Order: sequence, then C-alpha cells, then structure tokens
Amino acid sequence: MATPVDTSVSEVRTDAAPAKAIEGRSLGRIAWSRLKRDKVAMTGGVVVLLLIVMAIFAPFIVKLLGHPPNEFHQDTALLDPSLGNLPRGDFLFFTNSGISGDFLFGLEPLNGRDLFSRVVYGAQISLLIAFLATVLSVLIGATLGVIAGFFGGWVDTLISRAMDLFLAFPLLVFAMAIVGVLPDTAFGLSGNGLRIAMLIFVIGFFNWPYVARIVRGQALSLREREFIDAARSLGARGPYIVFREMLPNLIAPILIYTTLTIPTNVLFEAGLSFLGVGIQAPTASWGGMLGKATEYYNVPHFMFFPGMAIFVTVLAFNLFGDGLRDALDPKGRR
Amino acid sequence: MVNYIIRRLFGGAIMLFAVSIATFLIFFGLPRLAGATPESFAARYVGPRATAEVQAQAAEKLGLNDPLYEQYGRWVKAIFVGADYDYGPAVEHCPAPCFGYSFITKRPVFDDLLDRLPVTASLALGAAVIWLLAGVATGVLSALRRGSLFDRFAMGTALAGVSLPIFFTGTLALSIFSYGRPFDWTARGSSYTPITEDPGMWAYNLILPWITLAFLYAAAYARNTRAGMLETMGEDYIRTARAKGLRERTVVVKHGLRGALTPIITIFGLDLGLLLGGAVLTETTFSLQGIGKFTIEAINKGDFPRIMGVTMLAAFFIVIANLVVDLLYAVVDPRVRLS
Repeated sequence: MATPVDTSVSEVRTDAAPAKAIEGRSLGRIAWSRLKRDKVAMTGGVVVLLLIVMAIFAPFIVKLLGHPPNEFHQDTALLDPSLGNLPRGDFLFFTNSGISGDFLFGLEPLNGRDLFSRVVYGAQISLLIAFLATVLSVLIGATLGVIAGFFGGWVDTLISRAMDLFLAFPLLVFAMAIVGVLPDTAFGLSGNGLRIAMLIFVIGFFNWPYVARIVRGQALSLREREFIDAARSLGARGPYIVFREMLPNLIAPILIYTTLTIPTNVLFEAGLSFLGVGIQAPTASWGGMLGKATEYYNVPHFMFFPGMAIFVTVLAFNLFGDGLRDALDPKGRR
Repeated sequence: MVNYIIRRLFGGAIMLFAVSIATFLIFFGLPRLAGATPESFAARYVGPRATAEVQAQAAEKLGLNDPLYEQYGRWVKAIFVGADYDYGPAVEHCPAPCFGYSFITKRPVFDDLLDRLPVTASLALGAAVIWLLAGVATGVLSALRRGSLFDRFAMGTALAGVSLPIFFTGTLALSIFSYGRPFDWTARGSSYTPITEDPGMWAYNLILPWITLAFLYAAAYARNTRAGMLETMGEDYIRTARAKGLRERTVVVKHGLRGALTPIITIFGLDLGLLLGGAVLTETTFSLQGIGKFTIEAINKGDFPRIMGVTMLAAFFIVIANLVVDLLYAVVDPRVRLS
C-alpha cells in the first residue's frame, strides 16, 4: 500500500514541461497534485475548512446574523400559544417554523431560541469532540499497532488480544453507560466541561483498536523490507527503527484513517447527545437538538437544520477522506 | 473442523469472561474510586429515602461490603445456579441463568432481556435482509457498469447514505410518512405487534424502521461490494474463467461475486451481532421497546445489574457473530481452510 518515503528512486513524471528542470518530487507533493485535480474531494476539503472557521468564529457570526444561542424569545408575536407555543410563520414547506430575516433557521418551539445560532454553536462542540477523540485514538492505536507489528512475538499476541477484547465490547452501550453514570463533578471539572472531556476520552479510548489493526498490518509487511534490514545492519535499535524508519512510511494510512474517523466520531457524539447522555442543554449540540426535535414531528424545520448540519459535516469529511485515499494510494483507485 | 469449532468456542468463552470482568470493574469498581460507598450502592435497592441504618443493613446483607472479587464470584455463580437477593424488607429469588436482579423493575434482568429480544431481533433481521439484498445488488451492478449513469447515481446516493445518522433520517421519515407531512401511510412511533399475534401488522409496523435502518447499511454495503467486485473482476482467475468459455453470468456470480463476498460476510456478521445487542439509536428514534431502549432506561436510572446484563448479552452476540463469520468463510471462500 504505502510507498516508502525515503525511496531513492524519485518518481519523475515524463510529461513535465521540457523547459523546467526535472526534479524529484516527494510522495506528499505527488499526492497533493493528485488531490488538487480531484474537484469533489477539494469541495469536501473547502467545506471542512469553512466549518472549522464557522466553529471558531461562532460568536461573531451569531452577533451579525442571529441572537445569543441561549436567549429565549417567548413573545406571543413569535410563538403561538394556541398551538402549544409553536413558532408563528411558514416558509416553504417548513410550517410553523418562524423562519424570517431575523431568525434565519426559525425558532425552537416552546422556548423560542434562535435555531440558527444554536446550529452555528453546535459546530464547536461537534468538531472539538470529534477532532480530539480522533487524535486520542490515533495516538494510542498507531503506537500500539506499530509496536505490535514490529516486535511480533508475545508483544504482538498481547496487543492483538487486547484489540479483540476492545472490539468485543458493545461500544455504544459502554459509552452511554460510562457517560450516563457520571457524577456532577470529577477530576476538577464539572457540568458540560466534564462531559466534553469524558466524551473525548470514551470515544477516543474505545476506538483505538481500529487504527491499531490497520497500522499493525502495514507494520508487519514493512518489517520485511530491505530498508529496515539496512537500518539494522547499520546498528539501529528498535525504537529508532520504529519511530524514524517505519512511522514515516505509515503516515499515509494513518492520515487516511484519521480523516475518515473524524466523521464517524461526529456521528458518535451526535448519537450520544441525541440519546440524552452526551452534551446537556442549554449547551447547543446537533444531536441534542435532534433529540428534542423528536417531540415535534409537526414542525420539520426543528429536525431539518441540525440534521443537515450533521449530514453536511460528515459528508464533507467523507468526500475529502475518500479523495485523500485515492491521492495517497494510487493502486486503490476505485 | 470440529476441533476448530471447539477451540473457537473455548476462545469465545474466555472472551466473554474477560468482558465480564472488565464490565464488572467499570461499574462496581470505578464508582468506588469516584467516592461511591457500599451504602450508596445499597440505596439503589432500598431507595434513597431509607435511613442510613437501613441502607447499611442492606449493604451488609447484599454483600456490598465484601471485596470486589467475592462480589464478582457471586455474580458469576448466580448465572449457573441462580441467587436469592435478601435486601432487608424481602427476599427476591432470581433463578438460573441469573444475570443480576434489577431492584428498580423488581425482576430478574434475564427475564426482561428475553421479553425485549423479539423486538430487537425483528428489527435487526428484517432490516438485515433488505440491506444485504439491496446493498450487494447495487454494488454488483455498479461495478459491472462502472462509470455509467446508474453507477454514479448509486454511488452518490450511497455516499450520502453513509453520511446520514439514523436519528435524522428516522425522524425525517416519520415526519414525512407517518405524521402527515405530507403523508400518513406508515405506522407512527412506538408501534409494535409480535409476529405471533399478527404477521401482517408486524410487518406494517416495522416497514419504516426497516427501510430507514437498511438504507444506511445498504449504502455502506454497496460501496464495499462495488470496490470488492472491481478488485476480483480484475483477478487472473476471472480471465481464466472467461477463457474457458464460461457464460458471463457464471463468471460474474460464481467466480467474481464469490470472491467479493468474503469481506462482506465479515462486516455483515459483525453488524448483525452489534445490532442484536441493541439497536439503541433506531429503537429510540422509533420508540420501539427493544434491548436498546432497555439499555437507555437502565442507564438513565443508574441500574447497574441491568447495564451489566445488557453488556454481557451484547458481547455474547458479538462473540457468536465472529464465530459464525469465520465458519461461513470456509464455506464461501474455497481458499480458506480451517485448521
């Protein structure tokens, strides 16, 4: 799968412009030029960047285009008490949504919070947890995977059995149980700060076997390559070979896996919050909003906007991840 | 072959044993580190309003003061011989196989699980049939007509499908097809009829959950099948088969699909095993009273015996699924020989 980075034969494209001096290009540059030509993947990448910018500048965006995310708007001019405080006003097929220039995505039924600002702020929670959880599982998984693959023997057996054990755990049930039985304060954190930390830990910690499995497989085949023998014969020891010789060659699969795990974790966090064991109201989270929306099947806008936010985020990451895989691994071209 | 099965069964049992220890440590050991006392555990049984004395007595009678390994030993023993829970006011009997006794529902956990299993099984198996057929068929057609309009449309839909959470598509589907925005065709949430009572109603009530759930899985299966088919159809043995003058249909189905199916069987087994242990999100979305809903209730009430029981059941399904998958491998893929 992965071509060694330090291969001495550079891949030189024959169709390079004759005027330019022929120079070797690194695997990263080749991949980047391939990725740039993949319009679909680049669109995904741009959307991902926009989402990150949106999350970081949420307070400014909301100041410009919305109302504070936790502010109630229970004015009878906005909510209709005769309909159980559903928002007044239709927009296309979003009946009783209250969508207007003032409230771009309409209002929440009952307490009338601005749905637009809550969706914008939801990006913060979603991306923060998904990113950090992914980083955690990739760190644990890549380290253990490369160790298992390189050293083999009882080390490999031990790590592989641990992977099997983790994979036999019903992850969602476990995550729910651990987050659900959480005390109000622990480890010097409280409220949603504690919940965010816990979600990152649980999602990240239980996902490491997936990346470890991939990295281990790659490491197993890399171990037999000539350049490892060369390093050994030059007197290099285990840790040096693992971290300086093997890890750079595993960057491609790890990178691909990372981009494709982030959307899974976005879905995971949203799922937990949807079930009511993740982020708690009033902090805005997409899953939490959808959970609330199941009580209002007659106002579709309430489920549509947070749901679309999840969909767009996950789709963008998937598109970019797929493109990245194709770019880094030309053999796997689908 | 028999040897292999026995060895795998043994391995599975060890795996369940390890899972049970880990689960026990997390739910009975970790809370202690976080400051829970035997009395606060006992309070779950006799109620938080009971006097400190009653709680202390119950803790003693239920053996919550004993070291963890003794408590774990009792928990395992109960699975084989049953147990009596004497918590002060009364003695509750829990016959074998006793996976704990819930003092909130006042029932043995195992009985509750058996009650809920048919709902989850109906949901999971029904959806599995749909997604396997739809996903594999779409994947094969896409691979055979690579680059065609059908292929691009199918793969676009599939990519959207793997990016959608069930609790969004499910709520949207309910709103559109059940709650009159604009249709009122399918059953609303929390509708379930046992198949033994009325098979027609059973299917009618489950059709929307089935399709919604199956869509998400079918999307992933279509993508995987397509990739697998493209790979196997490029293999040398396919060229050989064509050179032998076999009909294209035989080449595709008997040679191509068979090779592409192996990885599909792996994920199918694991997906189904996971779902049987509780389709938490789907059951919550459609308010179906299955294992998943049971888990949520248990967690919201902090009912550790129920959480333990459901974790073990889910792990059991995963272990069994793994075993079945490995056996099926040998049947489907002639290159695999079990030893």
